[in-house]
Amino acid sequence: MRKRLCITPLFALALSACSLTSVQEEPRGTGDLGVVIERAAGNVLIVEHTNNQAIARVEGLGDLSHASVVFSRDERYAYVFGRDGGLTKVDLLKQRIDKRIIQGGNSIGGAISQDGRLIAVGNYEPGGVKIFTADTLELVADIPATAIADGSKNSRVVGMVDAPGQKFLVSLFDTGEIWIIDFSDSAADAPTVSRFTDIGKQPYDSMLTPEGRYYIAGLFGEDGLAMLDLWNPEQGVTRILDGYGKGNQALPVYKMPHLEGWTVADNQAFVPGVGHHQVLVIDTQTWQQSKAIEMVGQPVFVMARPDARQIWVNFAYPDNQYVQVIDSQTKEVIKTIEPGPGVLHMEFTPRGEHIWISVRDRNEVQVWDTQTLEHLYTLEADNPSGIFFTNRAHRIGL
Amino acid sequence: MRYLSKRKYAVIFLMASFLFPLTSHAESISAERQATLKHLLIQDCGSCHGLRMKGGLGPALTPGDIADKPKEGLVATIIHGRPGTAMPPWAALLTDQEATWLIDQLLQGVSP
Ligand code: HEC
Repeated sequence: MRKRLCITPLFALALSACSLTSVQEEPRGTGDLGVVIERAAGNVLIVEHTNNQAIARVEGLGDLSHASVVFSRDERYAYVFGRDGGLTKVDLLKQRIDKRIIQGGNSIGGAISQDGRLIAVGNYEPGGVKIFTADTLELVADIPATAIADGSKNSRVVGMVDAPGQKFLVSLFDTGEIWIIDFSDSAADAPTVSRFTDIGKQPYDSMLTPEGRYYIAGLFGEDGLAMLDLWNPEQGVTRILDGYGKGNQALPVYKMPHLEGWTVADNQAFVPGVGHHQVLVIDTQTWQQSKAIEMVGQPVFVMARPDARQIWVNFAYPDNQYVQVIDSQTKEVIKTIEPGPGVLHMEFTPRGEHIWISVRDRNEVQVWDTQTLEHLYTLEADNPSGIFFTNRAHRIGL
Repeated sequence: MRYLSKRKYAVIFLMASFLFPLTSHAESISAERQATLKHLLIQDCGSCHGLRMKGGLGPALTPGDIADKPKEGLVATIIHGRPGTAMPPWAALLTDQEATWLIDQLLQGVSP
């Protein structure tokens, strides 16, 4: 299954694509495509999960540490948000950059609107939110975040997701707020912004439950999670899981956990325990913790297979060579695998028969069978981090 | 790939010829450990401070950002962290000497 990569200078300035197989002349779909971030080199690999192969490398996307990706609703374009404030629209069919802008100084992630016409980016520097048209990346709105107490700069913006009703939600790390940015009134020049203040200290990441109802922010500066019920926003932000978070005798947190990919299976949510070697199970009827599952390290991503029957977990340094699999029914670890040092991300194929795992320090992306829990294929990639498949285009809240 | 690894050798050679005599701590940190530390700095510190140390959740740590801050203070920040912030204490994984070596690297500028 290994394909020979064609070698191009990684530092080439040209925004070129290097086809690993010849560009398809036949029309083709994009439902089995995806991208793998090569974070140090600033490239993305276009991959295809029908044949488990890389089909092209697109270069020149800048600093891709902590990059994230959303897809256009036709699943043809990938929007890549880079750390350096770059926003790059990659054409998966033509295997090249369609458009690239530097929209801010330092950003962490973005989202695409319900109707697919708007791309929103949350920025650290300068702190705020920028909204662009999805087709041409033209600026539509620029919403500065609240200034921090000493007035020196604006709060950093984290946890950007889209929500039903043409909305975006974000959290403000430094000023402890959640905002709803509402574009549903297409006649208005500017979106309406609803601000919820005093939601807790240092929200560092957020997630939307898969049906799009609850927006939940993890708080770094204190225990518990901040939750906003989008069906009843007038009730305001409430605190759930007060014991959650760093808790007693927490270990140093060497890497911030991600809340994306929260699994709700059988009214149970599986979430990383911050500063603990645990995955916590939360009853989503009462929002109380029902169990803590002991793990080999501090969880980073806790992701459910699409049928929610298994939960796959990777870990922070110094345990980032492992991945553990939890049975969602018995809530026990059924297997510990060791893909290799620097496991950074995982992505299930749309129906979950395989999981792709990026193993940074081996320069590999590994494809594992989720039924047999065996390693099937290996793709070469240069310091791979995030893996994103196009079926994300049709999921709410990513 | 060939070219890159050649370049890496060149970098290592440069480091060997210039940095070692300048940094008194380097002598007792083995070359292997230094490689591990460099990797830790870029990948793991970089997950908060940015792969290019230009900042993220944690502040920027480029030479321009930290050059005029007292070195002991920066080393202490690495070892003990900053309680109440996301900066974790690294005492369980790094010695004082290694933390000092990391600050020396930052003062010279690091890139992935
Ligand atoms: C989980 C996130 C995180 C990680 C990982 C992290 N840092 Fe930090 N670091 C921070 C934050 C946040 C601050 C700012 C703390 C404050 O507000 O005072 C900081 C501050 C610092 C400072 C002080 C900067 C100054 O201007 O005073 C130094 C030096 C530093 N970090 C070095 C490191 C090194 C070296 C590593 C890796 C061994 C590392 N950090 C890993 C989050 C992190």
